[in-house]
Amino acid sequence: MMNEEKVIIFQLKDEEYAVPVQHVKSIERMQPITRIPRTVSFVKGVINLRGVVTPIIDLRSRFEIEEVSHTDTTRIIIVSVGTIEAGLIVDAANDVIDLDKESIEPPPEVVGGVDAEYIQGVAKIEKRLLILLDLVKVLNPEKLDVQPTKESIH
Amino acid sequence: MELTQYLDIFIEESKEHLQSINQQVLLLEKTPGELSIVNEIFRSAHTLKGMSATMGYEDLANLTHCMENVLDAIRNNKLDVSSSVLDVLFASLDHLEAMVVEISEGGSGKRDVAETVKELEALEKGEVPQSMQAEANNEAGSLQDYDQYEKQIIIQSKEQGFHAYELSISLREDCILKAARVYMVFEVIEQIGEIIKTLPAVDMLETEQFGTHFTLSILTKESAVDVKERILKVSEIDAVEVIDIKADQLNISSNSEREENDKLEQQEVSPQDKKSGVQQTSNAGSSGKTIRVNIERLDQLMNLFEELVIDRGRLEEISKSLKSMELNETVERMSRVSGDLQNIILTMRMVPVEQVFNRFPRMIRGLAKDLGKKVNLEIVGAETELDRTVIDEIGDPLVHLLRNSIDHGIENPVVRSSKGKNETGTIYLRAFHSGNHVFIEIQDDGAGINKQKVLSKAIENGILTKEMSENLTDKECFELLFASGFSTADVVSDISGRGVGLDVVKNKIESLGGSITVDSTEGSGTIFSIQLPLTLSIMSVMLVEISREKYAIPLSSIIETAIIRKEEILSAHNQKVIDFRGKVVPLVNMKDIFEVPGSTESGQHVPVVVVRKGDKMAALAVDSFIGQQEIVLKSLGQYLTSVFAISGATILGDGQVALILDCNALIK
Repeated sequence: MMNEEKVIIFQLKDEEYAVPVQHVKSIERMQPITRIPRTVSFVKGVINLRGVVTPIIDLRSRFEIEEVSHTDTTRIIIVSVGTIEAGLIVDAANDVIDLDKESIEPPPEVVGGVDAEYIQGVAKIEKRLLILLDLVKVLNPEKLDVQPTKESIH
Repeated sequence: MELTQYLDIFIEESKEHLQSINQQVLLLEKTPGELSIVNEIFRSAHTLKGMSATMGYEDLANLTHCMENVLDAIRNNKLDVSSSVLDVLFASLDHLEAMVVEISEGGSGKRDVAETVKELEALEKGEVPQSMQAEANNEAGSLQDYDQYEKQIIIQSKEQGFHAYELSISLREDCILKAARVYMVFEVIEQIGEIIKTLPAVDMLETEQFGTHFTLSILTKESAVDVKERILKVSEIDAVEVIDIKADQLNISSNSEREENDKLEQQEVSPQDKKSGVQQTSNAGSSGKTIRVNIERLDQLMNLFEELVIDRGRLEEISKSLKSMELNETVERMSRVSGDLQNIILTMRMVPVEQVFNRFPRMIRGLAKDLGKKVNLEIVGAETELDRTVIDEIGDPLVHLLRNSIDHGIENPVVRSSKGKNETGTIYLRAFHSGNHVFIEIQDDGAGINKQKVLSKAIENGILTKEMSENLTDKECFELLFASGFSTADVVSDISGRGVGLDVVKNKIESLGGSITVDSTEGSGTIFSIQLPLTLSIMSVMLVEISREKYAIPLSSIIETAIIRKEEILSAHNQKVIDFRGKVVPLVNMKDIFEVPGSTESGQHVPVVVVRKGDKMAALAVDSFIGQQEIVLKSLGQYLTSVFAISGATILGDGQVALILDCNALIK
């Protein structure tokens, strides 16, 4: 029993990804997002999540997969890591399963176009290949180099 | 006995007592002969001793006990208040403070105080003959005898700012209705204070069983002269003599120290007495009743209220769209009530800056001593109130600035007198309200900032190039002090000048939503001016629309809004400007700055919001004004920490998030 971990499985393009359930606070439907000017392109803006202003990251854009328009299945997965809380836009949230830790293998060099840097490992369950995300790295604020001031008044 | 539940109270009260001892000792330094101050200190120390002994903190109790002995020696004129005595007292206070802090952090309050105890004991033993005591007793002899209970009332009301007077009133020999006159005198006094004792007793006065003379002891806030004048207005009064009752006279009149200690102890064990005494005096007027509330509860209240403000906004929006008279009225009423509620909650969280300022005189004294400088700290406006959260954060930056002023600002006494200045330097610490802001200024009459030194240091540290340095204004030059990694002290001292400094101060103040500026005249001093918002969480903003995005601009930075015609936009150095009331003000197109998607065509008229930062202005071109609104400031969270020109976000009535503009970032 100790070796099992509950994960939430979501879809991004053709791949299935997994994040540990204890990092997931909720799964929301798409809703209007307030754009934040002059920030990196994968930060889509902020939403009002029951009174808390929460930043929203488009995972496709984060992993440099081509963006598509949102559909009925598009979801926002609200995750929290340490003091950081953010929403991740994914194509669909598919499943919750118990993952045997022993079935997790170290990541191959390149998986589905996503930099190995963001991957904790891969797991094969029956015929599905799950990619375990390293949320700490995905949510690293240092990647948020805000564009330098283009204009200012002198 | 289960003591942990009293721990919080113990810590709070100990802090208060230590604070009051601190203040009183400083006062004592200024007026060494004033025995009433010594008594004050004695009382606080005694209470502290009792409390800590009850709680089982022996070191704390021991040390206060030794302090008490020294104070007692001073009180009985066995010991003079010299600077060495004060130093030891301050040293003991430092120990006490450290112990209380340790206890509040969950420690045992143990500390090696042997040395200070020894010093205290040595002081105490350096005693001289006890000849003075009789004299003091004589002095007290002129007063009536007060019982313990009455003394307690007098002492407590004195603490609350009342004066205690003994009035000797003589009626004219030919006075017919003596009781009526007495009644009239009573009435006069009851208007301005309270009578605590009469001689002869009241019923004897009423039945005219006295000669022409009677004595009253009263508590009042009026001055002796006023009291006298008021009483003399009653006809047939021959003479009134007003004697100020000094608290120390009350204590000294008791025979021996031993007895008095017993009495103090008695007071401690009979809180009933004490309480009724307090009640009596509070009936007399001014002092309000207070309760202690955990700050967490206030925070919760604030959070709940913030939710309410958001819902109020939503309700206002709904009622506007429904156009129902009844609903409108109800919503308007609710808005008014919640407005009042907001004021109350905000003022509840306000505390006087005194809390922070109080520890500075001590600190300045110590620093000045260490550095061999003479410094006088003048505090103005300590009663100015600020939000609790700001108070908690502002202490360290102020300490830093004050240290700076002493270390870099105020010169050595020798240098000062050679420059024709008073040997003692003065640092003014001022706090005052202005509009929606509180200003705190730290001004010294020291050397001022040497511009050349600042520039060469900045170049040396690579903050600035030589070419850039040539056409800097004074103000821009002083701003360099806030650049990170900057320190102009020639010698790195213990007090300041480690290169971490003013930039940290600046960051801290900006994180509180404030700003800091510095101005200086070489040779005659420097002034640091800090501007802080009154409160952190709720503010008034102007909502504007840019394309289809809504932004909030804090009212505090708006000068006015205007609608200008296209032709009025001029161009200077590739920068669009407008003529605003005779001034050339740069025009900022928010749509470009924020890269707002959508068409850029606009009509013949451009709505602009004129904002300011210090004395600089800018006009922000927007698409339309939505209106003024109270909003709750929310942070963007830990993930988005440095967003350009956005200071936070808020949730609007329709549930959408609107971003709050940071005008300071837009004006450079």
